[in-house]
Amino acid sequence: MKEIAQNALDAAVRRGISYGDVRLEETEERLVSTKNGKIGNVSISVSLGLGIRVLDRGSWGFAATDDLSTAGIEAAAALAVEVARASALAKKSDVVLAPEPKHEAAWTSPVRIDPFSIPVDQNLALLFSIDAELRRNPGVTLAEASLVFTRHRQILASSSGSLIDQTRYTTGAGFAAHSFRDGEIQKRSYPNSFGGQHQLKGYELLEELHLLENAPRIAEEAVALHSADQCPEGRFDLILDSSQLGLQIHESVGHPIELDRVLGTEANYAGMSFLTLDKLNHLQYGSEIVNVVCDARIEHGPGLGTFAFDDEGVAAQSTDIIRDGRFVGYMTSRETASAVQQERSNGTMRADGWSRIPLIRMTNVSLKPGQQTLDEVFGADHAIYMETNKSWSIDDKRYNFQFGCEIGWEIRNGKRTRMLKNPSYSGISTEFWNSCAAISGPEHWTLWGTPNCGKGQPEQVMGTGHGASPSRFRKIKVGSAYAG
Amino acid sequence: MPAKSVQESALLPLSRCEEIFEAALAAGHAAGVRDLEALIGASTYALTRFANNTIHQNVADRTGSLSIRALIDGRTARASTNRLDREGIQRVVDQAIAITRLQAPDPELLPLAAAAEYAEPNRYFARTAAVTPDQRAKAVREAIGAMEARRQTAAGIYSTGESALAILNSNGVSAYHAETMAQFSITSLAKDSSGWAKRTACDAEDLNPLELALTAARKAADSAAPHEIAPGRYTVVLEPAAVLDLVGQLFGDFGATALSDERSFLTGRIGEKLFGDNIDISDDFGHALQAGMPFDGEGVPRERVALVTKGVVRNVVYSRQAAKQAGVKPTGHGFPLPNEFGEAPMNIVIAGGETPVEEMIASIERGILVTRLWYIREVDPYQKIMTGMTRDGTFLIEGGRVVHGLKNFRFNQNLIELLSNVEALSPVVRGSGEEAFDMVVPAMKVRDFNFTEVTRF
Repeated sequence: MKEIAQNALDAAVRRGISYGDVRLEETEERLVSTKNGKIGNVSISVSLGLGIRVLDRGSWGFAATDDLSTAGIEAAAALAVEVARASALAKKSDVVLAPEPKHEAAWTSPVRIDPFSIPVDQNLALLFSIDAELRRNPGVTLAEASLVFTRHRQILASSSGSLIDQTRYTTGAGFAAHSFRDGEIQKRSYPNSFGGQHQLKGYELLEELHLLENAPRIAEEAVALHSADQCPEGRFDLILDSSQLGLQIHESVGHPIELDRVLGTEANYAGMSFLTLDKLNHLQYGSEIVNVVCDARIEHGPGLGTFAFDDEGVAAQSTDIIRDGRFVGYMTSRETASAVQQERSNGTMRADGWSRIPLIRMTNVSLKPGQQTLDEVFGADHAIYMETNKSWSIDDKRYNFQFGCEIGWEIRNGKRTRMLKNPSYSGISTEFWNSCAAISGPEHWTLWGTPNCGKGQPEQVMGTGHGASPSRFRKIKVGSAYAG
Repeated sequence: MPAKSVQESALLPLSRCEEIFEAALAAGHAAGVRDLEALIGASTYALTRFANNTIHQNVADRTGSLSIRALIDGRTARASTNRLDREGIQRVVDQAIAITRLQAPDPELLPLAAAAEYAEPNRYFARTAAVTPDQRAKAVREAIGAMEARRQTAAGIYSTGESALAILNSNGVSAYHAETMAQFSITSLAKDSSGWAKRTACDAEDLNPLELALTAARKAADSAAPHEIAPGRYTVVLEPAAVLDLVGQLFGDFGATALSDERSFLTGRIGEKLFGDNIDISDDFGHALQAGMPFDGEGVPRERVALVTKGVVRNVVYSRQAAKQAGVKPTGHGFPLPNEFGEAPMNIVIAGGETPVEEMIASIERGILVTRLWYIREVDPYQKIMTGMTRDGTFLIEGGRVVHGLKNFRFNQNLIELLSNVEALSPVVRGSGEEAFDMVVPAMKVRDFNFTEVTRF
């Protein structure tokens, strides 16, 4: 594969470009799912191709192909250069890249059990046993369970001399119980919505999730929600489980800190950001106990945003985003780093496969664990506790958000009391984070995988990681999703 | 089988698909398997993206794909690849067969679909397939120039491409469709306001980038210095993009499998009058403003289906499997097997009326004009409450005219109520948004639309 990547790079360089990089990528994926005692899906796919990115006349060009013959590669290189020259017809200034040392490296993500070594019938046996356990509860009207495995190998060759061979394995697993009764659909998912938990791991993830053991509880909760009280409307102290807090971080911190959004290049689709450049090092983003990092290093954990090098060959890094509540960092690329006086990109450029150009994307954007015990987090006189995301929405500058969760409980004097259905909460991002009153410690911290983050035109879907532990927020607006 | 007049793409002619399928069949026979289905596709796609009045991203790709489904004694599974050489074909057939054999049989699994004939609307335009990076760049430069003349900043895309897809199976299905696509979308940014316009068509000649740029620029100018008003229930005029992105959230529920799974808001409601008398919705792939192929994921011909008539939910769509269970004829809306979702209508046409948007505005004493909606998600699956935001051009209407721009709202809106509160419909257009697939839709005047919060801009 290295020879093909090098040939493609040579084909571009021969055309007189000022910079070029080639990503040759092979992705293998297996999806297995069941639904109400039957197979939902059994499929595997393999995709192999390359993308050539060039800088010529100060503008970007990109062409991708799955025709890896000499003629196919030459045609793609020529098209990349033609596209760059067309881009130059409407440019204001030349693209300048922040320097990055040349890297020659090979890296494979740690995997204890290769997920592709486990036969499909064994995958199905696990899912059918979960399915049966869920449907043992007669109130469950729809049981769904799924597994997804990927192996992604990438060779990155650049005209500045880097040659990087990276392989990443990811595993995802989860299930959901739906219950329809008396004109109401309720749902519980485990261990999270969005197909469960997804991490940079092999089949060993399944052993850690205790899927089968949790099926009876999840089924029972889905059915019990019909009889639960509607979540009240008003301002309440709010406690979030770590998976919902992970998505809160994703939407109200992760996206606003993407420097390309700030600079306007996503204005037509994903939107811009309230975090204008004047706010760097000045904005009090959260309360003093809020500390957020963007960390792609394996030391941070096996997240969907963990790698050794990003898709323009910049080494994985950890960047402080919010320190003691103060906003101190954006996610940057080689092209944008200078806009915030960084001498080097902090390594967040990622592409959705060989046919797409890399964009600034979240890696693992995580809330650092706090000092409180779980009892202290739940130690409110009166609060609402919410678990597992059900709906999520935020405006195009990332101020106003609203989230719905699958299940809630009223907390009285630190104890769970009545179950609440259809819980939701809403607010303004900075007001929300400034109301953070308690964050539980590292023993409750989980690095969640969000497999479905969309951005860019054409849209690219990316997996991101978000570490969080259960936390409490003061006087949050609750219940407005059902208001009016 | 395809109609004789079928338009082919040089990227992937039908004859090449047949060659690939012959090789797949031979590989299957060698492994003792006769029942195979192949989805064979190819596409080129190019996109010129601009922001801050400059082109900042310009991409082009070419892809091919072969997806093989094996069917062995009541078992089925799918394997896919983009390697279309002999070795790639052999490997993907072997993989499909191997994972199929690892399953337990399902006595309800149907045999492969049978041969059929298909209508073939002309959706392939050679001039669109041939659009060059230079042509796109020049159109973008002209749109940017219009924005700069108004001291606004442009961001958007101009994309063009072609695709071809064939479904062939060992039971005689030979379905083929090729089409081209062009899309122009533009956002204009002013000091404290923005505007937006978008259009998609099979023929690039049907796009007018400069006209779309001027529409976006006018909206940005007209919404400058936006006021904040209290959230609450207002009469709104939803432009076509807002209608399709919001109402489009309904149609995943109009499938027979969603009904039998009891995950559809139509569970227990088929035959009921859920919406107003003025709501008629069909799925009609052949409509002149529609795009897409004339067959489904198994090669069953698509049929026109009247989903809602005078507000009454009449029909849903059926894959072959769901049709067999219900004892009806499949409508040609199934997804490729195996899948969990069954089927869905993909060519929605919401019947329009005769009230232009200007007339709707003139009839409103106090209300809100909405250009587009954003980040729409489902709050309640049975009441069909959706939340989301307004974006890029929200205006106050007073005394029958647009008076100024407004800060954007969050809404939490029950869609059953929305379609019961429609007071006027405009003539239809091919609408294009970001939250639902393109549809043929009118603008709508709707009373009591539920805005629950206001954001900061």
